[in-house]
Amino acid sequence: MDRPTNQKAWFLVLPVLLLVAFSAIIPLMTVVNYSVQDTFGNNEFFWAGTAWFEEMLHSQRFHEALARNLIFSAIILAIQIPLGIVVALSMPRKGIGVSICLVLMALPLLIPWNVVGTIWQVFGRVDIGLLGHTLEAIGIDYNYVRDPLDAWFTIILMDVWHWTSLVALLCYAGLVSIPEAYYQAARIDGASRWAVFRYIQLPKMNRVLLIAVLLRFMDSFMIYTEPFVVTGGGPGNSTTFLSIDLVKMAVGQFDLGPAAAMSIIYFLIVLLLSWIFYTVMTNYERGGQ
Amino acid sequence: MARIDLRNLAHAYGPNPKEPRDYALKPLNHTWEDGGAYALLGPSGCGKTTLLNIISGLITPSHGQVLFDGVDVTAMPTEARNIAQVFQFPVIYDTMTVYDNLAFPLRNRRVPAPAVDARVREIAAMLEMTDVLKKRARGLTADAKQKISLGRGLVRSDVAAILFDEPLTVIDPLLKWQLRSQLKQLHKKSGYTMVYVTHDQTEALTFADKVVVMYEGEVVQMGTPAELFERPAHTFVGYFIGSPGMNVLAAEVDGTVATVDGTAIRLPRAYGKSTTDRKVELGIRPEFVRVARGEGLPVRIRKVEDVGSYKIARLAFGSREIAAIAPEGTEFPADDVGAVFDPAHLNVYVDGHLVNGTPVRGG
Ligand SMILES: Nc1ncnc2c1ncn2[C@@H]1O[C@H](COP(=O)(O)OP(=O)(O)OP(=O)(O)O)[C@@H](O)[C@H]1O
Ligand SMILES: [Mg+2]
Repeated sequence: MDRPTNQKAWFLVLPVLLLVAFSAIIPLMTVVNYSVQDTFGNNEFFWAGTAWFEEMLHSQRFHEALARNLIFSAIILAIQIPLGIVVALSMPRKGIGVSICLVLMALPLLIPWNVVGTIWQVFGRVDIGLLGHTLEAIGIDYNYVRDPLDAWFTIILMDVWHWTSLVALLCYAGLVSIPEAYYQAARIDGASRWAVFRYIQLPKMNRVLLIAVLLRFMDSFMIYTEPFVVTGGGPGNSTTFLSIDLVKMAVGQFDLGPAAAMSIIYFLIVLLLSWIFYTVMTNYERGGQ
Repeated sequence: MARIDLRNLAHAYGPNPKEPRDYALKPLNHTWEDGGAYALLGPSGCGKTTLLNIISGLITPSHGQVLFDGVDVTAMPTEARNIAQVFQFPVIYDTMTVYDNLAFPLRNRRVPAPAVDARVREIAAMLEMTDVLKKRARGLTADAKQKISLGRGLVRSDVAAILFDEPLTVIDPLLKWQLRSQLKQLHKKSGYTMVYVTHDQTEALTFADKVVVMYEGEVVQMGTPAELFERPAHTFVGYFIGSPGMNVLAAEVDGTVATVDGTAIRLPRAYGKSTTDRKVELGIRPEFVRVARGEGLPVRIRKVEDVGSYKIARLAFGSREIAAIAPEGTEFPADDVGAVFDPAHLNVYVDGHLVNGTPVRGG
């Protein structure tokens, strides 16, 4: 079949292309521009080639921050995904309990991120914070300003508080779409609670779980505001994630070249890992058991 | 295999039911004999699914009891009742293979693997699914999914009863016919108590020994297909079964005479005098209406439908319609047309329910 071709159609997508260009591609290009040049102010630039990239990839500081990010994201996913599922499973399906639950769960998601940070910064303080003071009162030596482990504990707890409800809400949306007949059939078939979860609920949540994993991974991997407000990256460098390090480098030390190279590498890592998650999970869904 | 008794059973979905229409199921007493093949027939929303779900224990009735072989199981959960049910819409476990789907009810009950295998293969052969056993259930057609759903209901060999809730709705007619005869055979062979819900009368009449007709939350009649046809216990049964359904005409009755719009009709039995506060109706099947010249109810022939082996005459009687069935080749009179009812098959209904009357000698 001969399709008539009409090149005028390109004009119709032009506005979107322009918009994307101005909002994403052009800023990204300026970053690329910085990453291959050296500057000493006065708007003077010198060609640096791949020097900044090599420096970054060999820098111990970068490796350590990257490792922190990976560990942090792994812990976040390992806690929030199962916890979100459990919360979603125990939410009511009908009655006024539903609206109450939904509103309560949406609350942490509506709070601005720096406010979340501030809340936890205060909450965890040993002198006036409810959490910190209580822990100290019952004899646990807790101080997120001094102890790296306590700092990590606080940040993870904060993130779990902040974001688990997102996972739960997504899973809940998957759960309520299951027709009542499935549960009835399972009862007739004598299925155990576990079998109902494994063969009815989990398959129905598969798609939303993919979204939840991707969102939570990307977001936890790019986390900045909350730990910055709570710990400022400390004590020492123990909670300095890539994003915090990046800002220190670019804005604090004004090392624009290395910072630009770092942001590009950072971006590529996020992209790569997200793609891996996506491929693995969609294959799982399509392929074998 | 069990006898199932329903005692003063009623169900309302909402709390505090007061009026009769608050009940999805009005109070009823009913017995499903051990090993019977029953069809449960009724229009949409009459409570068929509700009744099945109460028997299987998915719903706890708001009133009354369910007994299996004389044992009260009303408070027992579904799992403990040993009952199989096939749902109106196919339910499949779509991450499992067809084989695992069929084996699921058996494995959950810890049936040994060799027995599971034998039983699954037997059912798969019956449903002609042997060649797709290893396939994942998700990608299959709607037909196949419904067959899996049906198969899971049939796979257990020790059930008290099997309840089918319109199990063949999305299946194409030929396959439907095959499956139905297979179910019938299975019933003969195994002797399960089977209840088969449908709102298709041919399906009901071909499957069952006994047909139970429900209407607005009540069981209005139980009987063999012939009984339902000849003496419908409720005008709804007369109208629902048969094609076209029974003619129902408002009438006044006094003794052995019924008056329909001023025309007197002799009745085979004697009845009390009708009163105005209750609705009295005459019912006559089209098969027993004869179109004649110069006798019976004065009517006008509106149209004649030729359906092959017989003709259906649609007669206008005032603003109402009466259907009459006549053999092929009948010539209808051109004027002075009358509809004559065969007295032996005239039924009288009060408020919808059949009244028996007393036989009159020589009448
Ligand atoms: N879960 C429920 N909550 C409230 N009312 C219900 C519920 N299920 C059914 N009903 C009502 O109870 C009545 C009987 O419903 P039921 O599903 O038993 O009818 P049915 O005979 O199976 O109809 P169909 O042929 O459409 O399947 C209907 O009026 C329906 O609206
Ligand atoms: Mg139904």
